[in-house]
Amino acid sequence: MSETTTINSPMPGVFYRRPDPDEERFVEVGDQVEEGERIGLVEVMKNFHDIEAPEAGTVVEFLVENEGEIEADQAIARLE
Amino acid sequence: MIEIHEGGISSTVQDLGRSGNYHIGMPPSGAMDSYAHTVANYLVGNEADAATIEMTYQGITATVREDAVIAVTGADMSPSVNGDPIGMWETVAVEAGDELAISFATDGARAYLAVAGGIDVPNVMGSQSTYTLVGIGGHEGRGLEDGDRLAIGNGDGVSSAGGETASPEELVGTELAEEYVPDYAEEDSVRIVLGLTDYRLTDDAKETLCDTEWKVSPEADRTGYRLEGPDIEFKEREQPFGAGPNPSNVVDLGYPVGSIQVPQKPIVLMQDAVTGGGYATVGTVISVDRGLLAQRQTHKTVAFDAVDVEAAISAREQQTERLEAIEAEIAGER
Repeated sequence: MSETTTINSPMPGVFYRRPDPDEERFVEVGDQVEEGERIGLVEVMKNFHDIEAPEAGTVVEFLVENEGEIEADQAIARLE
Repeated sequence: MIEIHEGGISSTVQDLGRSGNYHIGMPPSGAMDSYAHTVANYLVGNEADAATIEMTYQGITATVREDAVIAVTGADMSPSVNGDPIGMWETVAVEAGDELAISFATDGARAYLAVAGGIDVPNVMGSQSTYTLVGIGGHEGRGLEDGDRLAIGNGDGVSSAGGETASPEELVGTELAEEYVPDYAEEDSVRIVLGLTDYRLTDDAKETLCDTEWKVSPEADRTGYRLEGPDIEFKEREQPFGAGPNPSNVVDLGYPVGSIQVPQKPIVLMQDAVTGGGYATVGTVISVDRGLLAQRQTHKTVAFDAVDVEAAISAREQQTERLEAIEAEIAGER
Protein backbone atom coordinates (compact mmCIF):
# COMPACT_ATOMS: atom_id res chain seq x y z
CA MET A 1 0.00 0.00 0.00
CA SER A 2 1.21 3.45 -0.79
CA GLU A 3 0.37 6.50 1.23
CA THR A 4 -1.23 9.51 -0.36
CA THR A 5 -0.57 13.09 0.60
CA THR A 6 -2.05 16.26 -0.76
CA ILE A 7 -0.17 19.31 -1.94
CA ASN A 8 -1.89 22.33 -0.46
CA SER A 9 -1.58 25.98 -1.37
CA PRO A 10 -0.36 28.23 1.44
CA MET A 11 -2.13 31.20 -0.14
CA PRO A 12 -5.31 32.08 -2.01
CA GLY A 13 -5.08 33.03 -5.68
CA VAL A 14 -5.31 31.64 -9.18
CA PHE A 15 -3.65 28.29 -9.87
CA TYR A 16 -1.59 27.66 -13.01
CA ARG A 17 -0.16 24.38 -14.19
CA ARG A 18 2.28 25.90 -16.70
CA PRO A 19 4.91 28.62 -16.41
CA ASP A 20 3.56 30.38 -19.50
CA PRO A 21 0.46 29.79 -21.68
CA ASP A 22 2.74 28.61 -24.54
CA GLU A 23 4.82 26.22 -22.47
CA GLU A 24 4.46 22.65 -21.27
CA ARG A 25 2.80 21.87 -17.97
CA PHE A 26 5.16 21.49 -15.02
CA VAL A 27 3.97 17.93 -14.36
CA GLU A 28 1.32 15.52 -15.63
CA VAL A 29 -0.75 12.98 -13.75
CA GLY A 30 1.42 9.85 -13.44
CA ASP A 31 4.71 11.79 -13.32
CA GLN A 32 7.28 11.14 -10.62
CA VAL A 33 8.22 14.25 -8.68
CA GLU A 34 11.09 14.99 -6.33
CA GLU A 35 10.72 16.69 -2.97
CA GLY A 36 10.64 20.43 -3.58
CA GLU A 37 9.82 20.06 -7.30
CA ARG A 38 7.57 22.77 -8.68
CA ILE A 39 4.15 21.46 -9.69
CA GLY A 40 2.36 24.74 -10.31
CA LEU A 41 2.10 28.44 -9.64
CA VAL A 42 -0.32 30.54 -7.64
CA GLU A 43 -0.87 34.13 -8.68
CA VAL A 44 -1.78 36.63 -6.01
CA MET A 45 -0.88 40.30 -5.46
CA LYS A 46 0.54 40.53 -9.01
CA ASN A 47 3.18 37.89 -8.27
CA PHE A 48 3.52 34.20 -9.01
CA HIS A 49 4.51 31.83 -6.23
CA ASP A 50 5.83 28.30 -6.70
CA ILE A 51 3.83 25.38 -5.40
CA GLU A 52 6.24 22.60 -4.55
CA ALA A 53 5.83 18.92 -3.76
CA PRO A 54 6.35 18.46 0.01
CA GLU A 55 7.87 15.01 -0.63
CA ALA A 56 8.82 12.72 -3.50
CA GLY A 57 6.05 10.66 -5.11
CA THR A 58 3.79 10.11 -8.08
CA VAL A 59 1.17 12.66 -9.02
CA VAL A 60 -2.14 10.80 -8.85
CA GLU A 61 -4.62 13.55 -9.42
CA PHE A 62 -5.05 17.31 -9.75
CA LEU A 63 -7.90 18.62 -7.62
CA VAL A 64 -7.87 22.11 -9.15
CA GLU A 65 -8.05 22.98 -12.85
CA ASN A 66 -5.57 25.22 -14.59
CA GLU A 67 -6.55 28.86 -13.86
CA GLY A 68 -8.87 27.65 -11.11
CA GLU A 69 -9.52 29.81 -8.07
CA ILE A 70 -8.06 28.49 -4.84
CA GLU A 71 -8.25 29.40 -1.20
CA ALA A 72 -5.49 29.20 1.39
CA ASP A 73 -4.84 25.60 2.49
CA GLN A 74 -6.88 24.16 -0.39
CA ALA A 75 -5.59 20.82 -1.72
CA ILE A 76 -4.27 21.21 -5.26
CA ALA A 77 -3.03 17.72 -6.09
CA ARG A 78 -2.62 14.26 -4.63
CA LEU A 79 0.71 12.45 -4.43
CA GLU A 80 1.27 8.76 -3.82
CA MET B 1 18.70 40.78 16.25
CA ILE B 2 16.32 38.69 14.18
CA GLU B 3 17.78 36.72 11.30
CA ILE B 4 15.28 36.00 8.53
CA HIS B 5 15.33 32.64 6.72
CA GLU B 6 12.13 32.70 4.70
CA GLY B 7 10.55 36.07 4.06
CA GLY B 8 7.10 34.76 3.15
CA ILE B 9 5.42 36.25 0.10
CA SER B 10 5.23 39.87 1.21
CA SER B 11 6.61 40.77 4.62
CA THR B 12 7.54 44.36 5.34
CA VAL B 13 8.48 46.50 8.32
CA GLN B 14 5.62 48.91 9.12
CA ASP B 15 4.63 51.42 11.78
CA LEU B 16 1.58 53.67 11.84
CA GLY B 17 2.64 55.41 8.66
CA ARG B 18 4.44 58.29 7.04
CA SER B 19 1.76 60.90 7.47
CA GLY B 20 2.15 64.56 6.56
CA ASN B 21 3.61 64.09 3.08
CA TYR B 22 0.47 63.42 1.07
CA HIS B 23 0.66 66.82 -0.64
CA ILE B 24 3.93 65.85 -2.33
CA GLY B 25 2.44 62.60 -3.59
CA MET B 26 3.77 60.40 -0.78
CA PRO B 27 1.18 57.91 0.50
CA PRO B 28 1.27 57.08 4.22
CA SER B 29 2.22 53.37 3.93
CA GLY B 30 2.12 51.89 7.45
CA ALA B 31 0.33 48.84 8.82
CA MET B 32 -2.67 47.82 6.68
CA ASP B 33 -4.47 46.67 9.83
CA SER B 34 -3.48 49.33 12.34
CA TYR B 35 -5.59 47.72 15.09
CA ALA B 36 -3.70 44.41 14.96
CA HIS B 37 -0.38 46.27 14.66
CA THR B 38 -1.15 48.48 17.66
CA VAL B 39 -2.34 45.61 19.86
CA ALA B 40 0.82 43.64 19.01
CA ASN B 41 2.88 46.59 20.23
CA TYR B 42 0.85 46.99 23.42
CA LEU B 43 1.29 43.28 24.21
CA VAL B 44 5.07 43.72 24.29
CA GLY B 45 5.00 47.08 26.09
CA ASN B 46 5.77 49.26 23.05
CA GLU B 47 4.15 52.50 21.98
CA ALA B 48 1.54 52.03 19.21
CA ASP B 49 3.89 53.48 16.59
CA ALA B 50 6.83 51.09 17.10
CA ALA B 51 7.77 49.20 13.92
CA THR B 52 6.42 45.65 13.51
CA ILE B 53 6.74 43.08 10.73
CA GLU B 54 3.61 42.85 8.60
CA MET B 55 3.28 39.43 6.91
CA THR B 56 0.80 38.80 4.09
CA TYR B 57 -0.76 35.35 3.62
CA GLN B 58 2.45 33.61 4.63
CA GLY B 59 4.68 34.27 7.62
CA ILE B 60 8.43 34.38 8.07
CA THR B 61 10.80 31.85 9.52
CA ALA B 62 13.64 33.35 11.52
CA THR B 63 16.22 32.76 14.21
CA VAL B 64 16.04 35.09 17.17
CA ARG B 65 19.64 36.02 18.02
CA GLU B 66 18.97 37.60 21.43
CA ASP B 67 16.48 37.13 24.25
CA ALA B 68 13.31 39.00 23.35
CA VAL B 69 9.63 39.42 24.12
CA ILE B 70 7.31 39.05 21.12
CA ALA B 71 3.64 38.95 20.15
CA VAL B 72 1.92 37.87 16.92
CA THR B 73 -1.49 39.35 16.12
CA GLY B 74 -3.81 39.72 13.12
CA ALA B 75 -4.47 36.84 10.75
CA ASP B 76 -4.04 33.42 12.37
CA MET B 77 -0.76 32.08 10.97
CA SER B 78 -0.17 29.29 13.51
CA PRO B 79 3.09 30.70 14.91
CA SER B 80 5.56 28.40 16.67
CA VAL B 81 8.85 28.62 18.55
CA ASN B 82 11.23 25.66 18.12
CA GLY B 83 8.28 23.72 16.71
CA ASP B 84 6.01 24.33 19.71
CA PRO B 85 2.86 26.33 18.90
CA ILE B 86 2.52 29.72 20.58
CA GLY B 87 -0.71 31.67 20.91
CA MET B 88 -1.83 34.52 18.70
CA TRP B 89 -2.61 37.81 20.56
CA GLU B 90 -0.33 36.73 23.41
CA THR B 91 2.95 37.95 24.94
CA VAL B 92 5.69 35.34 24.54
CA ALA B 93 9.33 35.24 25.72
CA VAL B 94 11.93 33.89 23.28
CA GLU B 95 15.59 33.15 23.90
CA ALA B 96 18.67 33.67 21.79
CA GLY B 97 18.84 30.82 19.27
CA ASP B 98 15.11 30.13 19.19
CA GLU B 99 13.59 29.32 15.80
CA LEU B 100 10.47 31.27 15.06
CA ALA B 101 8.17 29.87 12.35
CA ILE B 102 5.04 31.65 11.27
CA SER B 103 2.97 29.58 8.87
CA PHE B 104 0.20 30.67 6.49
CA ALA B 105 -3.03 32.54 7.13
CA THR B 106 -6.10 30.44 7.80
CA ASP B 107 -8.28 33.32 9.01
CA GLY B 108 -7.49 36.83 7.72
CA ALA B 109 -4.69 37.91 5.42
CA ARG B 110 -2.12 39.84 7.47
CA ALA B 111 -0.31 39.09 10.71
CA TYR B 112 1.93 41.38 12.76
CA LEU B 113 5.05 40.40 14.69
CA ALA B 114 5.94 42.90 17.40
CA VAL B 115 9.15 42.74 19.43
CA ALA B 116 9.68 44.63 22.69
CA GLY B 117 11.78 47.65 21.74
CA GLY B 118 10.46 47.64 18.18
CA ILE B 119 12.12 46.63 14.92
CA ASP B 120 15.04 49.05 14.62
CA VAL B 121 15.20 50.36 11.06
CA PRO B 122 16.06 53.93 10.00
CA ASN B 123 13.47 56.63 10.17
CA VAL B 124 12.75 58.00 6.68
CA MET B 125 10.61 61.16 6.42
CA GLY B 126 9.18 60.59 9.88
CA SER B 127 8.39 56.88 9.64
CA GLN B 128 9.98 53.43 9.65
CA SER B 129 7.32 52.08 7.27
CA THR B 130 8.38 50.35 4.08
CA TYR B 131 7.10 51.85 0.84
CA THR B 132 8.23 49.23 -1.65
CA LEU B 133 7.05 50.98 -4.82
CA VAL B 134 9.78 53.61 -4.46
CA GLY B 135 12.05 51.52 -2.23
CA ILE B 136 12.20 53.64 0.92
CA GLY B 137 11.77 52.94 4.63
CA GLY B 138 11.68 49.63 6.45
CA HIS B 139 14.52 47.23 5.72
CA GLU B 140 16.24 48.57 2.58
CA GLY B 141 12.88 49.72 1.24
CA ARG B 142 11.77 46.19 0.33
CA GLY B 143 10.13 43.00 1.49
CA LEU B 144 12.10 40.70 3.79
CA GLU B 145 14.29 37.96 2.30
CA ASP B 146 16.50 35.09 3.37
CA GLY B 147 19.57 36.38 5.18
CA ASP B 148 18.15 39.75 6.26
CA ARG B 149 19.15 40.78 9.77
CA LEU B 150 16.84 43.09 11.66
CA ALA B 151 18.03 44.87 14.80
CA ILE B 152 15.74 45.08 17.80
CA GLY B 153 15.31 48.55 19.30
CA ASN B 154 16.73 49.43 22.69
CA GLY B 155 13.38 50.46 24.10
CA ASP B 156 13.18 54.17 23.17
CA GLY B 157 9.62 53.54 22.06
CA VAL B 158 8.61 51.55 25.11
CA SER B 159 5.28 52.56 26.59
CA SER B 160 5.08 54.24 29.96
CA ALA B 161 1.35 53.52 30.38
CA GLY B 162 0.37 53.17 34.01
CA GLY B 163 2.87 55.81 35.14
CA GLU B 164 5.91 53.58 35.37
CA THR B 165 8.28 52.27 32.75
CA ALA B 166 7.06 48.96 31.40
CA SER B 167 9.25 45.93 31.71
CA PRO B 168 8.34 43.69 28.77
CA GLU B 169 9.39 40.54 30.67
CA GLU B 170 6.61 41.19 33.16
CA LEU B 171 4.07 41.11 30.33
CA VAL B 172 4.99 37.57 29.28
CA GLY B 173 1.94 35.32 29.39
CA THR B 174 -0.52 38.17 28.79
CA GLU B 175 -3.39 37.05 26.56
CA LEU B 176 -5.62 39.61 24.91
CA ALA B 177 -9.18 39.36 26.29
CA GLU B 178 -11.43 37.38 23.92
CA GLU B 179 -13.76 40.34 23.36
CA TYR B 180 -10.93 42.26 21.66
CA VAL B 181 -9.86 39.48 19.26
CA PRO B 182 -11.42 40.05 15.83
CA ASP B 183 -13.05 37.20 13.90
CA TYR B 184 -12.03 38.14 10.37
CA ALA B 185 -14.17 35.47 8.72
CA GLU B 186 -17.28 37.12 10.19
CA GLU B 187 -16.46 40.63 9.07
CA ASP B 188 -17.72 40.78 5.50
CA SER B 189 -19.09 44.30 5.52
CA VAL B 190 -17.09 47.52 5.63
CA ARG B 191 -18.55 50.97 6.11
CA ILE B 192 -18.09 53.63 3.46
CA VAL B 193 -18.93 57.31 3.15
CA LEU B 194 -20.25 58.09 -0.35
CA GLY B 195 -18.38 60.81 -2.26
CA LEU B 196 -16.39 62.87 -3.10
CA THR B 197 -17.69 62.44 -6.63
CA ASP B 198 -20.59 60.00 -6.28
CA TYR B 199 -22.73 62.57 -8.15
CA ARG B 200 -21.18 61.00 -11.25
CA LEU B 201 -22.99 57.69 -10.55
CA THR B 202 -26.53 56.90 -11.65
CA ASP B 203 -28.96 56.19 -8.79
CA ASP B 204 -28.97 52.53 -9.84
CA ALA B 205 -25.20 52.43 -9.69
CA LYS B 206 -25.15 53.81 -6.13
CA GLU B 207 -27.56 51.03 -5.14
CA THR B 208 -25.44 48.44 -6.93
CA LEU B 209 -22.32 49.69 -5.16
CA CYS B 210 -23.93 49.16 -1.76
CA ASP B 211 -26.05 46.04 -2.50
CA THR B 212 -23.37 43.86 -4.08
CA GLU B 213 -21.28 41.17 -2.47
CA TRP B 214 -18.02 42.22 -4.11
CA LYS B 215 -15.37 39.58 -4.56
CA VAL B 216 -11.76 40.40 -3.70
CA SER B 217 -9.66 39.71 -6.82
CA PRO B 218 -6.11 38.29 -6.80
CA GLU B 219 -4.99 41.88 -7.44
CA ALA B 220 -5.41 43.02 -3.87
CA ASP B 221 -2.31 44.30 -2.13
CA ARG B 222 -0.93 47.21 -0.13
CA THR B 223 -1.59 49.57 -3.03
CA GLY B 224 -5.19 48.71 -3.77
CA TYR B 225 -7.93 46.12 -3.54
CA ARG B 226 -9.44 45.42 -6.94
CA LEU B 227 -12.93 43.97 -6.59
CA GLU B 228 -14.99 41.85 -8.99
CA GLY B 229 -18.72 42.24 -9.50
CA PRO B 230 -21.35 43.94 -11.66
CA ASP B 231 -20.75 47.00 -13.84
CA ILE B 232 -21.13 50.42 -12.25
CA GLU B 233 -22.77 52.96 -14.58
CA PHE B 234 -21.81 56.62 -14.66
CA LYS B 235 -24.18 59.38 -15.73
CA GLU B 236 -23.90 60.76 -19.25
CA ARG B 237 -22.09 64.03 -19.32
CA GLU B 238 -20.21 66.45 -21.51
CA GLN B 239 -16.47 65.90 -21.02
CA PRO B 240 -15.23 68.78 -18.85
CA PHE B 241 -12.07 70.65 -19.80
CA GLY B 242 -9.17 68.91 -18.09
CA ALA B 243 -10.93 65.55 -17.57
CA GLY B 244 -10.27 62.33 -19.47
CA PRO B 245 -12.78 60.92 -21.96
CA ASN B 246 -13.87 57.88 -19.91
CA PRO B 247 -17.15 58.46 -18.02
CA SER B 248 -15.28 57.58 -14.80
CA ASN B 249 -12.83 60.46 -15.38
CA VAL B 250 -13.10 63.78 -13.59
CA VAL B 251 -10.75 66.75 -13.36
CA ASP B 252 -7.86 65.58 -11.14
CA LEU B 253 -8.50 65.47 -7.42
CA GLY B 254 -6.69 64.24 -4.31
CA TYR B 255 -7.67 60.64 -3.53
CA PRO B 256 -8.66 60.01 0.09
CA VAL B 257 -6.87 56.96 1.55
CA GLY B 258 -9.48 54.19 1.35
CA SER B 259 -11.30 55.82 -1.57
CA ILE B 260 -13.07 53.71 -4.16
CA GLN B 261 -12.52 54.48 -7.81
CA VAL B 262 -14.16 52.64 -10.68
CA PRO B 263 -11.95 52.70 -13.78
CA GLN B 264 -13.71 49.45 -14.79
CA LYS B 265 -14.33 47.48 -11.64
CA PRO B 266 -13.97 49.11 -8.20
CA ILE B 267 -10.51 49.55 -6.70
CA VAL B 268 -10.16 50.56 -3.04
CA LEU B 269 -6.98 52.56 -2.56
CA MET B 270 -4.94 51.32 0.39
CA GLN B 271 -1.85 52.49 2.33
CA ASP B 272 0.64 52.57 -0.57
CA ALA B 273 -1.70 54.00 -3.22
CA VAL B 274 -1.30 56.92 -5.58
CA THR B 275 -2.41 60.15 -3.86
CA GLY B 276 -4.39 61.81 -6.63
CA GLY B 277 -5.54 61.59 -10.21
CA GLY B 278 -8.43 61.80 -12.60
CA TYR B 279 -10.79 59.00 -11.57
CA ALA B 280 -14.02 59.75 -9.76
CA THR B 281 -13.79 58.55 -6.15
CA VAL B 282 -17.35 57.40 -5.53
CA GLY B 283 -16.91 56.50 -1.87
CA THR B 284 -14.29 56.05 0.86
CA VAL B 285 -13.89 53.12 3.24
CA ILE B 286 -13.89 54.59 6.76
CA SER B 287 -10.49 54.48 8.46
CA VAL B 288 -11.52 51.98 11.15
CA ASP B 289 -12.78 49.47 8.56
CA ARG B 290 -9.76 49.71 6.23
CA GLY B 291 -8.05 47.23 8.53
CA LEU B 292 -10.94 44.79 8.17
CA LEU B 293 -10.82 45.05 4.38
CA ALA B 294 -7.05 44.43 4.56
CA GLN B 295 -7.83 41.12 6.29
CA ARG B 296 -10.19 39.88 3.52
CA GLN B 297 -8.44 37.18 1.53
CA THR B 298 -8.51 37.03 -2.25
CA HIS B 299 -11.77 35.38 -3.48
CA LYS B 300 -13.63 36.29 -0.27
CA THR B 301 -16.50 38.73 -0.52
CA VAL B 302 -17.01 42.17 0.93
CA ALA B 303 -20.08 44.43 1.01
CA PHE B 304 -20.18 48.22 1.39
CA ASP B 305 -22.41 49.72 4.04
CA ALA B 306 -22.96 53.48 3.45
CA VAL B 307 -22.76 55.66 6.58
CA ASP B 308 -22.38 59.41 7.10
CA VAL B 309 -19.25 61.26 8.18
CA GLU B 310 -20.49 61.59 11.80
CA ALA B 311 -20.83 57.79 12.03
CA ALA B 312 -17.32 57.39 10.60
CA ILE B 313 -15.83 59.79 13.15
CA SER B 314 -17.78 58.16 15.95
CA ALA B 315 -16.46 54.72 14.86
CA ARG B 316 -12.94 56.12 14.98
CA GLU B 317 -13.49 57.49 18.50
CA GLN B 318 -14.82 54.11 19.63
CA GLN B 319 -11.78 52.40 18.13
CA THR B 320 -9.47 54.81 19.95
CA GLU B 321 -11.28 54.15 23.25
CA ARG B 322 -11.09 50.41 22.64
CA LEU B 323 -7.34 50.60 22.07
CA GLU B 324 -6.90 52.76 25.19
CA ALA B 325 -8.85 50.17 27.19
CA ILE B 326 -6.65 47.40 25.78
CA GLU B 327 -3.47 49.31 26.61
CA ALA B 328 -4.70 49.92 30.17
CA GLU B 329 -5.75 46.27 30.65
CA ILE B 330 -2.39 44.99 29.42
CA ALA B 331 -0.55 47.47 31.67
CA GLY B 332 -2.73 46.24 34.54
CA GLU B 333 -1.46 42.70 33.98
CA ARG B 334 1.95 43.67 35.27
